[in-house]
Amino acid sequence: MTQETQRKPLLTGRNLVKRYGRVTALDHCDFELYPGEILAVIGDNGAGKSTLIKALSGAVIPDEGEVTLDGKTVHFQSPNDAREAGIETVYQTLAMSPALSITDNMFMGRELRKPGFRGKWLRQLDRPAMEKFARDKLNDLGLMTIQNINQAVETLSGGQRQGVAVARAAAFGSKVIILDEPTAALGVKESRRVLELILDVRSRGIPIILISHNMPHVFELADRIHVHRLGQRLCVIDPKNHSMSDAVAYMTGAKVPETELEPA
Amino acid sequence: MPSDTDNYETVVRERRAEKVAEFEEHHRGFMGNVQHALHVTPSLVPLIVLVASLILFGVLLGSRFFSPFALTLILQQVQIVGIVAAAQSLVILTAGIDLSVGAIAVMSSVVMGQFSFRYGIPPAVAVVCGLAFGTAVGALNGWLVARMKLPPFIVTLGMWQIVLAANFLYSANETIRSQDIAAEAPILQAMGAKFEVAGAVFTVGVVFMVCLVMVLAYALKHTAWGRHVYAVGDDPEAAELSGVNVKMTLISVYALAGLICAFAGWALIGRIGSVSPTSGQLLNIESITAVVIGGISLFGGRGSILGTFFGALIVGVFTLGLRLAGADAQWTFLLIGVLIIAAVAVDQWIRKVSA
Ligand SMILES: Nc1ncnc2c1ncn2[C@@H]1O[C@H](COP(=O)(O)OP(=O)(O)OP(=O)(O)O)[C@@H](O)[C@H]1O
Ligand SMILES: [Mg+2]
Repeated sequence: MTQETQRKPLLTGRNLVKRYGRVTALDHCDFELYPGEILAVIGDNGAGKSTLIKALSGAVIPDEGEVTLDGKTVHFQSPNDAREAGIETVYQTLAMSPALSITDNMFMGRELRKPGFRGKWLRQLDRPAMEKFARDKLNDLGLMTIQNINQAVETLSGGQRQGVAVARAAAFGSKVIILDEPTAALGVKESRRVLELILDVRSRGIPIILISHNMPHVFELADRIHVHRLGQRLCVIDPKNHSMSDAVAYMTGAKVPETELEPA
Repeated sequence: MPSDTDNYETVVRERRAEKVAEFEEHHRGFMGNVQHALHVTPSLVPLIVLVASLILFGVLLGSRFFSPFALTLILQQVQIVGIVAAAQSLVILTAGIDLSVGAIAVMSSVVMGQFSFRYGIPPAVAVVCGLAFGTAVGALNGWLVARMKLPPFIVTLGMWQIVLAANFLYSANETIRSQDIAAEAPILQAMGAKFEVAGAVFTVGVVFMVCLVMVLAYALKHTAWGRHVYAVGDDPEAAELSGVNVKMTLISVYALAGLICAFAGWALIGRIGSVSPTSGQLLNIESITAVVIGGISLFGGRGSILGTFFGALIVGVFTLGLRLAGADAQWTFLLIGVLIIAAVAVDQWIRKVSA
């Protein structure tokens, strides 16, 4: 495994600090994501998992610390900066505009314009192209039951919404895909689809950060598990060397891990 | 210890408020279908009310009301409010409100007039200065809302007072007379120019209002900017996370609203002939009324600019219809009040589709 540990991480966080008033959501937290891996992030509610990935995706600007991508320090000022760098995120809140259509939501901020005069001068959107793309991506996810690609997102069920958000990230992520509890509202069948999609994305060589409270899912997919506790990285474990109850015990503080970083 | 894991799982699962995926289409009753149709096309309600009120007054008043002349008179009477309400719609779609619209319109008209008459600037250039003034004040509103994160109500309440006071101070409360404008700077009255088609009388201002509504309807529906305006009004955090430049969108909306109000100021000179710093005092309330009756949600993100146009026309139809019927003008206000409350009730009902 030595050659693995010598690999350079693709995305890192060093000493990240984020305070919300008197709450310290991130307390000098480190983070590494290696090329081509699925890294699970687990931790109790309020441990700071979402804040951590937001600091990596430009949604939160950390008070201290630095983020690097491909070895270069980056200073994302907005989620758009991170998206342009190829980092695509499904936020826990899903970040969709309820009154707008599925297509509008999938292309929010990167709309396609018609070719020629109508696109260039009238700035007209290329609806047919966007609709076709959106339909294809939802079909990939097995969300065929969505009848109308132009229905408002608020008329979808919680699970369908989550499916659309995941499809959006998978379609556009080119460097890193971050999923904050992507299966939380999904049924068994739909969760399975998302898990397959995650493996599919990895087989394309794109690494994934997966936040989940679902231990069976985490242990099934993850190459490494980052255990988050009280705003810090408690340890990184290899799922092959630990049981689920160990992992739960670490994150709740019932048990202390022997080593902080396990080579994976 | 698998039981531990299981307990942990249940705890986590119980915390979830969201439902597990549910894919079958459930049946809607008749009211459900109506609700759904309104949800998809929010301008339907004001359109129905508009057509109904046209029929009602047509039956009551006959050809006195149903003549090309009377019907186009309505258009002339609502043109200023219609233009300002278009600006107001944009702002309200972003979940804001602009109380300074009337003041911007009037002050812009004063700038156009005073620049021509006091400084001898060519009137066409003075018009451009007036339009630039309106845009600048709007952009300042937008900057305060987007960058300084101040509530739109407060920002525009303050701006209303500032611009109105500046308007009186700058103009020294002086009206520029219609005859002087006609003689020396006729372009200031250009929006009032009339032309007749088979008894129907149109003004340039009316044509401008209709074109403006069409252009904005197109921009809101078929351009990325328009989709961003809705997204920002719907849920600004979600819009930001999904890649919309929320601040720039807000600033562009307020600046555009300022520009449109300045056009309304120009149209105002055409309508009344003179440049009067005391005109247009009711434009705030009247524009908000048109927007609300037009079915745009004050919570932002829902409604269409066509609805606002219909809303403005409804007010015009009631005003003229009741006047021709010889009713006390107070009846107009009373009915408008009823319509406002009804419109908001319908909006709340439509929103339940999502629940
Ligand atoms: N916008 C905010 N304003 C104030 N406090 C916040 C904000 N976001 C997060 N926090 C606080 O930061 C801490 C970490 O929150 P975070 O959402 O990162 O937790 P989490 O690990 O994702 O939890 P969960 O499993 O419930 O999603 C919490 O104590 C939370 O109350
Ligand atoms: Mg979270």
